[in-house]
Amino acid sequence: MRTIGAAIILMALWLLLSGIYKPMIIGFGVASVLVVLLVVRRMDAADDDRVELRLKPFETAKYVVWLMVEIAKANWAVTKIILSPNMPIRQHLFAIPFSQRTDLGQVIFANSITLTPGTITIETESDDFLVHAVSYSDSDLEALADMDRRVTATESEGG
Amino acid sequence: MSLWDGAINALSWAFILSGSVFAIIGAVGTLRFPDFWSRLHAASITDSAGVILLLAGMCLHSGFTLVTVKLIIIGVFLFITGPTSTHAVANAALVSGLRPKEAPGLVGAEPESLAESSGDPKEGAQ
Repeated sequence: MRTIGAAIILMALWLLLSGIYKPMIIGFGVASVLVVLLVVRRMDAADDDRVELRLKPFETAKYVVWLMVEIAKANWAVTKIILSPNMPIRQHLFAIPFSQRTDLGQVIFANSITLTPGTITIETESDDFLVHAVSYSDSDLEALADMDRRVTATESEGG
Repeated sequence: MSLWDGAINALSWAFILSGSVFAIIGAVGTLRFPDFWSRLHAASITDSAGVILLLAGMCLHSGFTLVTVKLIIIGVFLFITGPTSTHAVANAALVSGLRPKEAPGLVGAEPESLAESSGDPKEGAQ
């Protein structure tokens, strides 16, 4: 079942990326998909290590849209700092607790923090992230706690 | 060439030009900011606003073609790899002992794995 799904996705990717629909080129595509599946099956037998995407699709889509708006706002804030003559930077390194249970959720939260300009995740610890902010204000803690709740909401049960 | 095409064309140029402006602002910030940590933040402007606006402009420019699909795939990859590489650079700086300069009146958090090894930065870092 997983193999068939992987074959369909890989073949779709080949068709989208190549854009040349001649029998020979598509034949090359089929051949490479088969080789990839063979290699993946052998690697799976070796270490059985896999990443599972346990996310709620609708919640995740909502989160991506919300993240885009946050990125736009944060970009504008940092742009104003860069272009203002006296550059009011206020650097601070602080810890933000995270509530995601899965590795994937934690990666999404940490990468979302880094993706918004003005904050960078520097270090992951056992139950919090170290975050560096370029223009720290006390409302940052609340804003990041809000982002933490939204990321946790995208995780599905039993993850 | 209809009015619709003209509008799409104008919109795509607006996206591409504003994306270029944000890329330049990121470069200006990288030059103006005083130290390593703040420069990382300036570079992330180019990473996010610059990339998003440029890709959106190019998508509008190419319309419903395979090129747009490729541009969206590039965008998804950059969204995952961009922050990951920024984190790698920042984490390498932290592990090798560089600490951000705190603003007056603020005390920075100390990483727990490095807290006990104040002398040799290689100790305690994995």
